[in-house]
Amino acid sequence: MSTLFRKVSYLDEAAQNLVEGDLLVRDGLIADFGQNLGRPDGAEVIEAEGAILAPGLVDMRASLGEPGFEYRETIASAAQAAAAGGITSIAVLPDSQPPIDDPALVHLIIARGADTGSVDLLPYAAATRGLKGEELAEYGLLRAAGAVAFTDGGKAIASSRLMRLALSYASGFGARIVQHPEDAELAKGGAATAGARATWMGLPGIPAAAEAICVARDIRLAELTGGAVHFAHVTTGEALELIRRAKEKRLRVTCDTAPPYFDLNETAIGDYRTYTKLSPPLRAEEDRQAVLAALKNGTIDAIASDHQPRDADDKRLPFADAAPGGAGLATLLGITLAQVHNGVLTMAQALALLTRNPAEWLGIEAGVIAKGRKADLCLFHPERAWVVRAGKLPGKAQNTPFDGRALEGAVLGTWKAGKRVYG
Amino acid sequence: MASLKHLLGIAGLNPVTVTALLDLAESYVLLNRSGKTQRDSLRGRTLINLFFEDSTRTRTSFELAGRRLGADVVNMSVATSSVTKGETLLDTAATLNAMNCDLLVVRHNRSGAPALLAEKVSAAVINAGDGTHEHPTQALLDALTIRRHKGRISGLTVAICGDIAHSRVARSNILLLTMMGNFVRLIGPPTLLPGSIGINGVEIFHSMEEGLKGADIVMALRLQKERMSSGLVPSSREFFAYYGLDRKKLSYAKPDALVMHPGPMNRGVEIDSDIADDDARSLIKEQVEMGVAVRMAVLDTLARSSEV
Repeated sequence: MSTLFRKVSYLDEAAQNLVEGDLLVRDGLIADFGQNLGRPDGAEVIEAEGAILAPGLVDMRASLGEPGFEYRETIASAAQAAAAGGITSIAVLPDSQPPIDDPALVHLIIARGADTGSVDLLPYAAATRGLKGEELAEYGLLRAAGAVAFTDGGKAIASSRLMRLALSYASGFGARIVQHPEDAELAKGGAATAGARATWMGLPGIPAAAEAICVARDIRLAELTGGAVHFAHVTTGEALELIRRAKEKRLRVTCDTAPPYFDLNETAIGDYRTYTKLSPPLRAEEDRQAVLAALKNGTIDAIASDHQPRDADDKRLPFADAAPGGAGLATLLGITLAQVHNGVLTMAQALALLTRNPAEWLGIEAGVIAKGRKADLCLFHPERAWVVRAGKLPGKAQNTPFDGRALEGAVLGTWKAGKRVYG
Repeated sequence: MASLKHLLGIAGLNPVTVTALLDLAESYVLLNRSGKTQRDSLRGRTLINLFFEDSTRTRTSFELAGRRLGADVVNMSVATSSVTKGETLLDTAATLNAMNCDLLVVRHNRSGAPALLAEKVSAAVINAGDGTHEHPTQALLDALTIRRHKGRISGLTVAICGDIAHSRVARSNILLLTMMGNFVRLIGPPTLLPGSIGINGVEIFHSMEEGLKGADIVMALRLQKERMSSGLVPSSREFFAYYGLDRKKLSYAKPDALVMHPGPMNRGVEIDSDIADDDARSLIKEQVEMGVAVRMAVLDTLARSSEV
């Protein structure tokens, strides 16, 4: 079985420039690409002039509702949303019920991903047993089972002693610790970034410095232990500056951010819109600008969807009581492309942040277009317009913070190992 | 006459509306005092007092206001501890819609809860205090009290003292007083007074002696016991020593400065009994009386707006 994409644009081998040409997929692999491949016998031909053929997106962090929160989302419904968003690999957070802190559960998540036929699920395992922040999980056994890294998901590893142990112990297995960078004591009970807006809305505030305080501590602990730390969804200029300097010192420090933090600021909360209640909370405009600058200069390694499915009952509550988190699978590409249209990122930069960089970080064979690689592909039209509508998103979770946002850049089709799974 | 759909906060009002509400309230003060209390402008209307947080005085004040205008008044108290957070809030909204409630007075311990209800009910919603957000009728009754004693509600210096951080009364008062062209001075320990509350017309102080200088009005705010237990203030003794309003600290203000408190008071914590009970200086009892008149004006205005 083969598919020929005709007159599409794709990144050249150096992944710097878009070139126009044809790409042939045979038996689930990328067989060939170049100018005018003709019409191989029996190949299904996809004519998509003006469209861009990218590697399937690699989402380096999402929570899926299953197991334990199927009322919010199932793996099947998340797979639908992912396919519609052009995503073919997802690194899954361990904050399910039960938490992924046992090798058998790691196997389960991988197997459930394979069952979908459209998306690879790469499980993170819990950094601490039961995500309780008390004792280390079994990094060796979990890693052998296929865990990609260790994290307590949306909970920071609060204890300095435990974080030191985690970084140190994980380094023995060549594994990374992923931190939710937020000083737990300062963040306790908070619902929005501390400042005039939170004060006047009467919302308990989390100082933006809670992020930098945690990042500063953990960079120092990484240096102390020789361990590797990754900061998830970094949102403030101050933390990004610390990370930039740590990278300059060649410490083993990496980070990502998520679309809400470079597309929205705290004003999106408006009149207590709980779909914009996120963790970490939306920040001031200066911080949004700092995130954009760090995407551009390479301080930020990847963009993750930060997908957190919530249902109406989780969200239709007074703001302080509503569950934080936003759906992000279907909008990951579109929100990122907005920064290409704005001239902040080049198309090559944007695609690297969504494909090659996270794939390298995860250590998986994905995220690049190369002969012999698995044909995980995302075909999108960079200018086709659509409007994000909560209630009309693919999949079950509808809690998008981008409700009403008009976007340019729509997925036309998604292929997993050569098989069309969307469009 | 001002037209309003809901009264969720002072934010969103303008000086014209505020003045209209105060003028109408003024007329109700005279009526109430004359003993001719039965009016019928809300006859056939249903007013529901929905209180998720205990408050005898505010509830009673709205109840009296509703009855004096001829409304059918129903009190619903829902202790927050017995409900699973806000889920009941929307269930309650559905119930209220089915009852054809016209005016809904809501108090809730979460900021924004009345706004959430206002989206879901057909009734006009009046915020009777939400979390640490707003308490608009308190600010209006304070303004009426001040205007009756100072002859105006502009160009005055009003000091608000104590736990500003957790006070919805402070927020509504700051918004109303600055909107009407007064100078507001906030005084409290830094842990109870976020710098981010500073807006045009507001000055922040941490010393009563400096902050009260030249004040026409001194408002003391209630200090909840939990502020001590959560470590924001070391003890009520220390708080009283530095921020409790007593005769000595009051002497820093203008000689004719008047004292207010939204109640209920913690005597000996934020205010000395000697001051609270001094009828020559304290407007605290009159605030309660003005509360009924202001709430009549608010109910009347909202009911008229919903007729259109």
